[in-house]
Amino acid sequence: MSLDVERPGVGDAPAAGDSTPAGGRPPAVDRPPAAGAWLHRHLLDVDALSWPDIDLVLRTTDAMREVLARPIAKVPALRGTNVTILFYEASTRTRVSFEVAARNLSADVSNIAVASSSVTKGESLVDTVKTVEALGARILVIRHAVSGAPYLAASVFTGHVLNGGDGWHAHPTQALLDLYTMRSRLAGDVAVTAPGAGRFLSGRKVVIVGDVLHSRVARSNIWTLTAAGADLWLCGPATLLRGFEAWARAGAGGVADRRFTVTSDLAAALRDADAVMALRIQQERMAGGMLPSLREYAARYGLTAERLGAAKPAAFVLHPGPMNEGVEIAPDVASGPRSVITDQVTNGVAVRMALLYLLAGSAGGEALGG
Amino acid sequence: MTGRRIMTADEIRRAVVRISHELVEKQAGTAGLALVGIQRRGVPLARRLADAVDEHEGVRLPVGALDITFYRDDLSLVAAQPVVKGTELPFDLNGATIVLVDDVLYTGRTIRAAMDALVDFGRPQAIRLAVLVDRGHRELPIRADHVGKNVPTSREEVVRVHLTEIDGEDDVEIERRVDAAVVEPIPEGIV
Repeated sequence: MSLDVERPGVGDAPAAGDSTPAGGRPPAVDRPPAAGAWLHRHLLDVDALSWPDIDLVLRTTDAMREVLARPIAKVPALRGTNVTILFYEASTRTRVSFEVAARNLSADVSNIAVASSSVTKGESLVDTVKTVEALGARILVIRHAVSGAPYLAASVFTGHVLNGGDGWHAHPTQALLDLYTMRSRLAGDVAVTAPGAGRFLSGRKVVIVGDVLHSRVARSNIWTLTAAGADLWLCGPATLLRGFEAWARAGAGGVADRRFTVTSDLAAALRDADAVMALRIQQERMAGGMLPSLREYAARYGLTAERLGAAKPAAFVLHPGPMNEGVEIAPDVASGPRSVITDQVTNGVAVRMALLYLLAGSAGGEALGG
Repeated sequence: MTGRRIMTADEIRRAVVRISHELVEKQAGTAGLALVGIQRRGVPLARRLADAVDEHEGVRLPVGALDITFYRDDLSLVAAQPVVKGTELPFDLNGATIVLVDDVLYTGRTIRAAMDALVDFGRPQAIRLAVLVDRGHRELPIRADHVGKNVPTSREEVVRVHLTEIDGEDDVEIERRVDAAVVEPIPEGIV
């Protein structure tokens, strides 16, 4: 066909690719979305993503990895699009990762450091979002210490909201970059990366060790890893797993094939594991009586080379960062051959590029919210 | 719905062979030549051209694939983002003579995007263009160096190239756009 650029939702259907009306989006009702179309106006949580959605993100991330490998790692896809990064929580790597991702797509990036903004003068989140929008923001990347804050932002923002982490609730880009990193590590297996690949973590044992209770990374990973078919284990002191047994019994989201195991027995969790993710132990947890001491935690749950000996020989180790080396992860493990932690950082840029790209193209109707 | 056939499998084969000779003739040899197919149907065409050159010159030209999605000028106009097919240029573009290969040349916007993409990878000595079908209606000052078949068309028509590697058969058809009466005129994004 003459117009040889496949559009999701349009594909190679006769004449469809050539029929986009002049200068506008075709009404959604005219064309039911086909497989492969990205229909989410915002990305607030990974629980809204179907497996085809996740697969599309991973495949788009492949293309972004290719861009990152170019002599000039920059493409004009988002030229003229303003991406505003609004972080209410301290963060360096995630903020810089979003910034680099947006710049690699030629977007205009505004960075709002809350510490020096009007927020310190008492401006509400809603007012800040409205102001940012009036300043031209099309995509808003938001991080907030309060779970659900991005939902409030999305309710008043007419562009696209991308959750950069909210409270204990969700960290979608981290979960997707973790999934992408696992997929890359397993890419020797052709079926894993083939277009429309199945749930490539089927039969793979994935273990998350640490402070699951306070972790948005763990909560988002539960959705994506079980969606990919993983045999997921959550491990840590019982005080840091509270409530997860009930969730495990119900199955995530009540879906029968989304099961995971909760245990405080690290040896059992690590046995024959394919991938192990250590979570950061935050100092402030000690105050709440969750843990007796960091030393005790390191002695019982720290990931050491010796303990990882129980995992499969090809098992690899992830950490969302920043790491407390010597606490949740031993220094020789963090920088050892099993570690894919620096891959996670690079993949983080690629995944965020993919999501910015996909969100920028999604229709803006209320019906497509979430 | 089937349109009028304007090229048969044999005609496509002959056009590919002829263009493969033209490429070598214009370059006075094969030194420095590399083929870059534009996703999707330009890619198998580029491979066929390389096979044909190999047959009569005994030289294997490097072949790459180029996805121009990120360089489109209508990304903000389409309903959903196009699926990215992937770029693979396994050779050094600096100083090479790059022959861009596509199935249909229409408005020229795809080629504009492809040239923008190419120069991000290096500085070719020259960029040439080979297409299976030139259907006219250029919107940019772009012309093809090598053309399989010139086909006069109207904007209400659609040219469909089918290649065995993707579609299971080789032919080129032309048909009236189904919704031509409703949506018209249509400024193509990229063709």
